Amino acid sequence: MSFMPVMLWSDALVFLLLGAGGIGAWYVRRHEHLLLPWRRVARSATAMVSLLVLSLFLIVGLLDTLHYRAALTGKNGAETVYSPEVLSVLDKLVEPLRIHTEKTYSAPLALTLYAKESMTDAQGNILREYPRLQYGGTHLSGASQRVADVVKRALLGALAGLLAGGLLVWIVRRRVEQRAVLVAILVFAVLIGALASLAAAYHVLGTDKVGQDVLYLSLKSIRTGLIIGTVTTLVTLPLALFLGVAAGYFRGWVDDVIQYIYTVLSSIPSVLLIAAAVLMMQVTIDTHPEWFETTAARADLRLVFLCLILGMTSWTGLCRLLRGETLKLREMEYIQAAQSFGVSSLRILTRHIMPNVMHIILIALVMDFSALVLAEAVLSYVGVGVDPSMISFGTMINAARLEMGREPMVWWALAAAFGFMLVLVLAANLFADAVRDAFDPRLNRTGS
Amino acid sequence: MSGNTVSTYNTCPMIAYLIRRILYAVPTLVGVNLLTFALFFVVNTPDDMARMQLGIKRVTPEAIEKWKQQRGYDKPLFINSATGGAGKLTDTIFWQKSAGMFVFDFGYSDDGRSIAREIATRMGPSLAVALPTFLIGLVVYVSFALLMTLFRATALDMAGVALCVLLMSISGLFYIIGGQFLVSKLWHLVPISGYAGGGEGFKFVVLPIVIGVVGGIGSSSRWYRTIFIEEIGKDYVRTARAKGLSEPRVMFTHVLKNAMIPVLTGVVVVIPLLFMGSLLTESFFGIPGLGSYTIDAINAQDFSVVRAMVFLGSVLYIAGLILTDVSYTMVDPRVRLS
Repeated sequence: MSFMPVMLWSDALVFLLLGAGGIGAWYVRRHEHLLLPWRRVARSATAMVSLLVLSLFLIVGLLDTLHYRAALTGKNGAETVYSPEVLSVLDKLVEPLRIHTEKTYSAPLALTLYAKESMTDAQGNILREYPRLQYGGTHLSGASQRVADVVKRALLGALAGLLAGGLLVWIVRRRVEQRAVLVAILVFAVLIGALASLAAAYHVLGTDKVGQDVLYLSLKSIRTGLIIGTVTTLVTLPLALFLGVAAGYFRGWVDDVIQYIYTVLSSIPSVLLIAAAVLMMQVTIDTHPEWFETTAARADLRLVFLCLILGMTSWTGLCRLLRGETLKLREMEYIQAAQSFGVSSLRILTRHIMPNVMHIILIALVMDFSALVLAEAVLSYVGVGVDPSMISFGTMINAARLEMGREPMVWWALAAAFGFMLVLVLAANLFADAVRDAFDPRLNRTGS
Repeated sequence: MSGNTVSTYNTCPMIAYLIRRILYAVPTLVGVNLLTFALFFVVNTPDDMARMQLGIKRVTPEAIEKWKQQRGYDKPLFINSATGGAGKLTDTIFWQKSAGMFVFDFGYSDDGRSIAREIATRMGPSLAVALPTFLIGLVVYVSFALLMTLFRATALDMAGVALCVLLMSISGLFYIIGGQFLVSKLWHLVPISGYAGGGEGFKFVVLPIVIGVVGGIGSSSRWYRTIFIEEIGKDYVRTARAKGLSEPRVMFTHVLKNAMIPVLTGVVVVIPLLFMGSLLTESFFGIPGLGSYTIDAINAQDFSVVRAMVFLGSVLYIAGLILTDVSYTMVDPRVRLS
C-alpha cells in the first residue's frame, strides 16, 4: 500500500458526530411529528441557502478529516516507511496549492514578490527589482499581459462553473422548492469555477510570510473552525442534559449539588478558566513528547482538549435552562399521571421529559456553533487557543495582525481569514435563526 | 421569589437577605478556589513551576528548593502530616495561598510586586474604558431596539435585523483591527495605543469605547428587540392601545417600563465585572488595566496573579447576581426577597 490511513482523535470524534447525526436524521424521518418543524425550516429560503453554504464548508471540512500518511519511495525491498507528515484528502486534491510555496509575501494574483531584492542581470549589473514568483503566473512573460489573462481565466472558469452548476440545478430542480436555492447553487458554482481556474495559475489570495498560499490556509482553517463548533457539543450536551434534567426532576439535595457545581463554574470568568486549563494542558503535553508519533497528532490532541475545555465552561447556561424547563414540566398533569401509575423515574425522564426539552437543546446547540467559531479566533489571539502549528482562522489572524504596520500593507491574509469566517458564521447564524423560529413553541404560528 | 402578596417594603428583610446571600457565596468561592488550585497545582507541580521560572535547563535542585521556599511553595498541597492539630490543614500551600484571598490579601506576583496594589492602580484605566462603553452601549442598543420595534414588520425593521445578524457574525477582532487601521493609521485621528490619566486620556480611550459599542450592537440590539416584541404582545399593551394611546406613548411609557425587568437580568450582572476590563480591547490598545494584566500573567504563567484575578472575577460575578436580585425588588413590586 502506498499510504497508511491515519485516524486522529478529532477525526474519530467527527465520525462519531456524523454517525449520531445520521441516526438522529433517520429517527426523525420516521416520525411525522418530529419532521414537522424541519419542514418549516425547509420552507425558509434563507435557511436553505445558509444550509447550502454550510454544506460546502462541511464538504471541505470532511475532505480534510480523512487523513493518511504517504509511503516514502526509494527504499526498494526494505520495509515500507511512512512519511511523518499527516496529510488529508483535501491536501491531495489541492496539492498544487500546498506545495507551491513562494519565498515570502506576495499580493493576490501577483506575478512578483512583495519586497524588492538585489539581483544581477545578464550584464552583471546589480538591480533592485521585485523578483518574479516561482509559481504564480509563471506562464506570462510580463506584467502587461496579467489583467487580460486573469479576466480570460476567470471567465473560462466561471463558464465551466456555470455549466456544472446548471447541470446540477437541472437535476435537482423538482426537489427544491425555492428559486433562491437554485440561484445560489448557480452563483456558488460560478464563483468556485472562477476561483479554481485562477488558483491553477496564480495565488488567488496571495501568500503569507513563509510563502504559503492563503487560499490553502483558509481552506484548512475550515476544519478547525467546524471541529471547535461541533465537537464541543459532545461535551456540553451530555453534561447539560443529564445534570439539568436531574436537578429539575429530583430537586432536593441533587438539585443543590448540581446548582453548586454550575454556580462555581459559571462564576469563574470563562476566558480565565479556559486559559488556566489550556496552560495546564500545554505543560502536560510538553512534558510528555513520547505520547505523540507526529506533530499533527500533538496539535490534534490539543484541539480535542480545547474542545473539551470549551465544553466544560459552556454547559452551565444550557443546564440552567433545562433545569428550569424540567421544574415546569414535572408539575404537568401527564407527568403526575405517570408518577401515580408507578412508572419509574428513569422511564419518566427518558420518555416524557427529555423529548419535551429537545427543542431547547437543539436551539442552544445551533446558536452556540457560531459563538464557538468566533471564540476560537479570540482564544488563539490570547495564546490559549489551538496549537500554533495548526492552521486556523485564529492563527492566521494572529500571524497577519503584526503585518498591519508594513508599508504597503499586507492585508490579504487578514481579509481572507475574516472573510471566510464571516461567511461561515453568517450562514450558521441565519440557519440557527430559522431553526429557532421553527422549533420555539412560544412563537405563535398561525396558518402552519 | 415571586409571591401574590405585595411586599411591605422595609430595610430589615433587605439586610437579612444580603447577609444570607453573602454567606451563601462563601462555599461557592471556596469551590472556585479549590478548582483553580487543582488546575494549577495537581497538574503542574511547584517543581515544574520553579523550573519554568528559572529556565528549564541547568537548574540545580537547590535553586528549585530556594525558589519554592521564597514563595512558600515548599509545603505539602492539602494535608501536612508533619505537624499536629490545626497545622495539619493550615500549614499547607492550599491554605496559605487561599485563606488570604477572602480578606483580599492576594500576596505577591512572581516578580515581587503586591498584587493588591497592582489591582488598585489598574482598576482606574479598566473602568475608564469599560464604564463609558457600557453606558453608551446600553443607550445605543436600547434606542436602536426601540426604533426597530416601533417600525416592526416594516422594511426598516427587516433591514435593522439583517444588519444586526451581519454585525454579530463579524469577529470581534475585526472591529478592533479594522478600527485601529482606519481611524488611527489612515486618518490619524487618535493614537493607535497607549494611555494617560486625566483629561489627556480622552484621546486614548475614545476609540476603544467606540469599537466596544459598535462591536456589541448586533447581538445586544437584537436581544432587546426580542424582549420588546414579546412585551408588545401582552394584554396590557392591547388595553393601552384600546384606550386610544398613540403608539410612541405605548412604547415609551408602558412597554419600556415593563421590559426593564427582563433587560435587568442581562445588564445588572455585568456591572461589577466592568472593573475587570476587557482582555482583548486592553491588550490591543495598550491600556494598563486589569484585562491586560491578566493576559500578561497568562503569558508569563504567573500563577498567583491568574488565581487572584479568577477569585476577583468570581467575587464580582456573585456580587452582580446579588445586585440583580436586589434590583428586581426595586423595579418589580411583585418580587419579594425570600
